This record gives sequence, structure tokens and C-alpha cells, in this order.
Amino acid sequence: MTFEGVEASPLLSVRGLTKLFGSFAACDTIDLDIGHGEIHALLGENGAGKSTLVKMLFGVLQPSSGTVSLEGKPVVIPSPGEARRLGIGMVFQHFSLFEALTVAENIALSLDPRTPLAKIAEETASVSRAYGLPLDPSAHVADLSVGERQRIEIVRALLQNPKLIILDEPTSVLTPQEAERLFETLMRLKAEGRSVLYISHRLEEVQRICDRATVLRHGKVTGACDPRQETPASLARMMVGTEVAEVKRDSANALGDVLLQVNKVSVASRTPFAVALKDISLKVRAGEVLAIAGIAGNGQSELFDAISGEYPIADNDGIVLRGKPVGRLRINGRRLLGAGFVPEERHGHAAVSALSLSDNLLLARSRSDKKAFLAGGPLAIVKRDAILSAARRICSMMDVRKSGDDPTAGSLSGGNLQKFIVGRELDRQPSVLVVNQPTWGVDAGAASRIRQALVDLAKAGSAVIVISQDLDEIFEIATTIAVISDGRLSEPYPAGELTLEQIGLLMGGIHDSHSGEKSSGEDRAGMEAAHAH
Amino acid sequence: MRIELQKRANTSVLFSILSPLLALALTLIAGAIMFGLLGKSPLNSLYIYFVEPLLDVWSLHELAIKAAPLILIAVGLSVCFRSNNWNIGAEGQFTIGAITGSILPVLNPEWHSPLILPLMLVMGMIGGALYAGIPALLKTRFNTNEILTSLMLVYIAQLFLDWLVRGPWRDPQGYNFPQTKSFQPEAVLPEILDSGRAHLGIVFALIAALALWFMMRFMLKGFQVSVLGQSERAGRFAGFSATKMVWFSMLLSGALAGLAGISEVSGSIGHVQPVISPGYGFTAIIVAFLGRLNPLGIIASGFVLALTYLGGEAAQLSLGISDKVSRVFQGLILFFVLSCDTLIHYRIRLIFNPSSAQEGKS
Repeated sequence: MTFEGVEASPLLSVRGLTKLFGSFAACDTIDLDIGHGEIHALLGENGAGKSTLVKMLFGVLQPSSGTVSLEGKPVVIPSPGEARRLGIGMVFQHFSLFEALTVAENIALSLDPRTPLAKIAEETASVSRAYGLPLDPSAHVADLSVGERQRIEIVRALLQNPKLIILDEPTSVLTPQEAERLFETLMRLKAEGRSVLYISHRLEEVQRICDRATVLRHGKVTGACDPRQETPASLARMMVGTEVAEVKRDSANALGDVLLQVNKVSVASRTPFAVALKDISLKVRAGEVLAIAGIAGNGQSELFDAISGEYPIADNDGIVLRGKPVGRLRINGRRLLGAGFVPEERHGHAAVSALSLSDNLLLARSRSDKKAFLAGGPLAIVKRDAILSAARRICSMMDVRKSGDDPTAGSLSGGNLQKFIVGRELDRQPSVLVVNQPTWGVDAGAASRIRQALVDLAKAGSAVIVISQDLDEIFEIATTIAVISDGRLSEPYPAGELTLEQIGLLMGGIHDSHSGEKSSGEDRAGMEAAHAH
Repeated sequence: MRIELQKRANTSVLFSILSPLLALALTLIAGAIMFGLLGKSPLNSLYIYFVEPLLDVWSLHELAIKAAPLILIAVGLSVCFRSNNWNIGAEGQFTIGAITGSILPVLNPEWHSPLILPLMLVMGMIGGALYAGIPALLKTRFNTNEILTSLMLVYIAQLFLDWLVRGPWRDPQGYNFPQTKSFQPEAVLPEILDSGRAHLGIVFALIAALALWFMMRFMLKGFQVSVLGQSERAGRFAGFSATKMVWFSMLLSGALAGLAGISEVSGSIGHVQPVISPGYGFTAIIVAFLGRLNPLGIIASGFVLALTYLGGEAAQLSLGISDKVSRVFQGLILFFVLSCDTLIHYRIRLIFNPSSAQEGKS
């Protein structure tokens, strides 16, 4: 153990750090110590407060109260520039690089403008060699892979000779080989006595490379430990909490026919930051609520896009809706077969903020409700009155609070708009409903109303898929639970048989023993295919 | 120090409506200052520029002649711009429309049939649409930027026209002037009133404006245009195809620009010559924005911009200043329209922040 007793005071010491947004505490009296030459993991679910904490350490946000000390001296970090001067470097999850410029030019942008470019190129080359981060200073960023781009960010941070480097989910964008390289670099940094704050939710990685771990949940520290002394299960328990969610399941709905089936669907990622879907299979029966749990950015949106048909897939038999293969069918074709969809992002995806509610009703139903909403045959004249009265019906059914008869979508609160967007689909009595993050950013009242509506829909004989990060929500409404991690979907489990701990493990990318070694091999192949541009 | 545009929480409805009028008022003030600096009496100059052309019947006809292509092109562009497709090359589509529309009368000067005129108009529209189809194809296939491709195609079209009328299409009996034979009477767009030269072009423009207003206001197609223009992702969710919208809006605006081109050649000029447009295709962009991308608003703004052309001619005759002044006024109008709109949506903030300035240096 290298972290104790070597130095009198730790490199970084945080006491009682709190960040309030209004009355909401994103970080609540956080204590954290990082020793010299220590790789320290920061673990937690989405919304646990990890990003808020590191933003305060890097000077992007200012704490509401609490102190930060570096090598025993209290410091104030008003800006990222000051953080760099103090010896804190950060590598963000999403890179800030100019694609049209070369590696050296990008690095020059964050350094003293008087430094000549040739010198920067030279230093870049020597630093990248020293740390095993092969990088050509004259290459254009546009031509580089995601892993190489991350190296630029790391080299950029290293050139400022930092004592502490913060890495935000560094492996989430890397192939397994690239991740391997990164770990070697981290070990080298550690050997030099530099410290690393490593944010991740992948338990295997954390156990492998981190000396200590601090676990956050709901903005509070719920555990500080040596991850090598813990089991993945105990880490997961700290991450998701041990209290048992109140599972409210009525006598199980009688399950009917399979209404939606996904058969071994793999989809390459469309953009560098998207997740490739790997060999996904699922089945939903009438009367069933299948919940797909997982931490954001593990392929949920990509799965939604494939099921909704916004981005149809190549294999027509890959998705079967009410007995018909629909893989290549677009979204309106699937709607005509009785499916309804609620995407995660309300503004600019599920709804257009500047358009009225009635226009936003037409948005989702111009094809499926053609007879009711359009007149004049090929002219397709919009029947305002019919749409307005349907919008009113939805608003009263879902108790949408709004100002005026037909306000713009952007003027509604998140919860009320979400009730409208869910109601817009329920109003059609869909036989299959797919909802991504149904209550994300929604107040408690609206959330329970939406959950009730989803449960009622399943009870009435529809098949419902809920993709959610909220485990409490999942236990409240799901009959079956599967977990998505890194674009791969676990086996479905009956909701009653799965504990929070098991879900936590699955979310951390640790699958059952039978798929352990094998799946990481497949993983590699899948990722390589996805990254081979 | 840096200047930052900060989005206003609420935009004033009153000022959004007043914005074009405010822009016109500011243009007049800037114009008065400009005339003053040129050593002319500002008020008298503005009178000659903006009022006198409205006092004679013949010049009202000229106004309609100049407004017609502006309105025709601008209503097409408004659909393009609303769907977030930036066709800047209407001038080129206008030119190609004039050329394809003129094929029949130039190659068959002896064909005296009432069929010739409708065929010319249709061919002009097809020519303009196909020419706008090039940037549409490049955008949908290769993801090129239509602003650049459509603009560059303007110069190709203009040089092609120049070559055509100096080469294969030149009138052999034309004393070596670079122009075609005058069109036969059946190929000339008829005048609408006996009192002046105004031809059917203005009627086409008004019909097109009303039709597109109806489409944008009442039809699903118009709804698709505004959804895809505001959020392509929401459009995809609705099942609307962004690719099809590129084609629709580009072909529509190209066809209308082509119709404007053949109407101008057939109605006002009567033959094809190297220069057939004082920049209608570019001025129409200003018309579209001054009319707030609303076809009915565009009818009004089309007449306003037509007046800057007429005023430019009048100022050249009576005041002895260059007709380039009309370009200056058009530029001023666009500048003030865009700045008024920006200030309605944003407030300007000057930021003095020593710590962020330091960060830039570090």
C-alpha cells in the first residue's frame, strides 16, 4: 500500500465541500483525501455528484461552502487557469479539440502564446514518448481515432507538469486495447509521484488500477475504501445504496403474446461518442413492463433509435413487431403497426419548443392519425380543430398544467411537457410503447402520474419497454428487468428475483460467470469493428 | 474585454412585428447621412430616391416589373430558409431558367403557335429546378455545404450565358452585338394593362406567394418545413425525411427562380443578352428576410426593394450619383433587419473579467 504514511499531509484534502443549486445539494459536505502518487477512484451513479465535485476542484464551479487544501495549504480555485497553475490538470470525457488543426497547434492553444510552435511540437513528442502515448505532433486531429484524441488531452495536461490529474470516465470512449495503454500510462504517472483522480463506474477497472476509492451517492460520500479489499458486490452496494426499494407489484399481469422482439441486433456506432450495440436480444409480452436499467451513455439512446426506427437497422428480421419483421421499416411504419415511442430528450427530439402543443401532437401522429388530423387528400390540409380538441383531451387526461389554451411546448415545465408527450402516445392506445427515461428531470408528482399511466397501459394488455437510470422507478413498475452496459444487454430477470446489488454489478459491466471471459473477447471484436473507420 | 450576446428571457412581440419598419427607418436615416456626406441635400435626395418613382403611372409599372422577380424568387427562398436549407444561388437558377426557357424561341424563331409561351415557362422552371438540384444532390450525397456550392454555380451560369450569347446563340443579323434575335410576338409575355409595360410576371409572383402562404399555413408540407427547419431530430422522430426536404425546398426555389428568369427575358427584355439581371437573385435574399420569411410579408418587401432599384436609376439621372447607391441601400436594409432581429432576441453585454483574461494568457 503506497498511500499511507509516505507524506505528512495528503496532496489534496477536501473538507465539507458543498454545492447548492437553489435548495438542491448536488454535493453535500464531501470529505476527500488524495495522497501523493495515488490513483484514487471516484465512484457513483449518474447524478451522484461526481461531475459537480470535480468541476469544483478544477475551478469550473465555485463551492457554496467547504475548503480545499493542496499540500496542507487552503486554496481557492476561481478558474481552470488557476487550477492549472496550482498543478491540477483535467481530461474531460468529451474532448475540446479543433479538428482542422494539428496536434501541436491544439496543444499550443492552452499554453503560453509566446512559446514557439516548434518547441511545443518537440515537447509534445518527448512527453508522448516518455509516457507511452504515441502521438504525431503534425497530424491533423480530424484524422485521429478517439483514443489518440484522448492522448492529446492527456499530453496537454502533462505539459503543464501537474501534481494531480483528473480523468472523467476516460475509458468510456476507448477500445479495450486503448484502455490497456491508458492504464500503463497511469501507472507511470503514479511511479513519478503524481496523483490521479479517476472517475468511473466500471468496477473491474477501478479494482485493477486504483489504490483507494471514494463512493458518492445522492451527493454524499457513502464509502471510502481500498477497492482491492472489496468485492464488486460490496462496491456496487455502496454505489446504489443498501436500502430496499419498496417494490409495488400487483398480482402479476397475465402475460400474453410476444408483441415486440429484438433478435441479436448489432449496430455500429454512428459517431465517435455513440455506443455500438452488441448482439442485443429482448422480448416483451402483452401485459409486461420490461425495464432496461443502466448508467447513461451505455447504449440506451442507440437502442431506442433502433427500436423506434428513427435509424432503421440493416437486418429486417432483427426487430419483430406484432409478428411482422420491421428492422428496415421507418418510425411511421412502426407506428402504423401500433407502436408508440417517447424519446429521452424532450426539447428538439420529442417536441419542438417553439411550436404549440397542438403542433407537437401532430408531430408524432401526422401519419398514424392521418384520417383524423388531415383533410383534402394529397393536399394534406391540417385539421386544426380536430388536433386542438385532441390536445385538450390529452392535457386533461394527464393533468397537464399550462398557461393558455395552446401554449408553446417550451413554455411548459419539464414535468408537464413530459406528461403531454407520454399522453400523446397513450391517447392512441399503443399496443407496444417504448419510453426512454420516462421521468428524467421531472418533479415527483408528474413522475408518479407517468409511472401509473405506464403500469395501467401494461395492465390493459400492451407491452411496455421502459429504459431508465432510476432504479427506484424500475423496481416500482417493472415486471422484468434487463441491464444495458457498454452496448450489451443482460439476460432478463423477473423483477422479484433481482436485488439492487446484482443490478449494480450488471451496471458496472460485470456479467454472470458464464459470460465473463467470453464476453470480453467478443467485446473486443465488436469495438474494433465499430472503430475501424 | 469581450462582447457577448446574451439570450433574452422574453422576446417582445411588439418589436418583432415592428422590426422591419424599424430597419427601414434606420436605413433612411443612414441614407440621409450618406447623401449629406456626398454633398447633396439629404431630404431632397430621399424624396427623389423613394417618393418620386411612385408618382407616375409608368414608373409604377416599372416597379411591378422589378418587384415580380424579387417576389417570385424570395417566396421560394423563404421555404428553403425556413427548412434550414441555404440556397444562395437563386441568381444562377434565374439565369439557367432564362436560358432553358429561351431555347424554343431562339432555335425556332418561326414557330408561331400559342403553345410556345406556356412551354417556355415550363422549360424555364425545369431548368431552374435542375440547376438547384445540383447543390441538393451534393448536399444529400456528399454532405457538402449548399451555401458554397449554390453560390459558386451562379458564376458558372453567368459565364455560360455570356458564352452562349456571344457564340452559338448570337443573332447573325445583329451587327455583332452579343445578343439573340428578338423573340417572336407569340413568345413574349403579355402586358397586363394598356397603361404601361408591366407583364404577367407580377401575376405569377402574387399567385406563387399566395400558394406558398397557403402551404405554409394550412398544409402538412408547410408543417414539415418548419419542423425540419427547427430541429432535424424532431423531424426524424415525426418520420419526416430531411433528405427529401432538401430536394423539395431546393427544387421549389430553383423552379420559381427559373420562372422569374424566363419571365424577365420574355416579358421585359424580349431577347437574351449577356446581363439579364441586376442581381435579383441576391436581392431576393434581402426581400425574404425583410418579409420575415412570410410569403405575404414578402409581397410588401418585394415592392420596397424594387423601389431601391428604381430610386437608384432616378438618383443617377437627377442627382448625378452612381447607381451603385441602390446596392448600398439594399445592403443597409439587410444589415438593419438582421441587427434589429438580433437585438430583439439578444442583449449585448460587455464583459470585463480579469481572471478569464489571465487564463487566456496562461
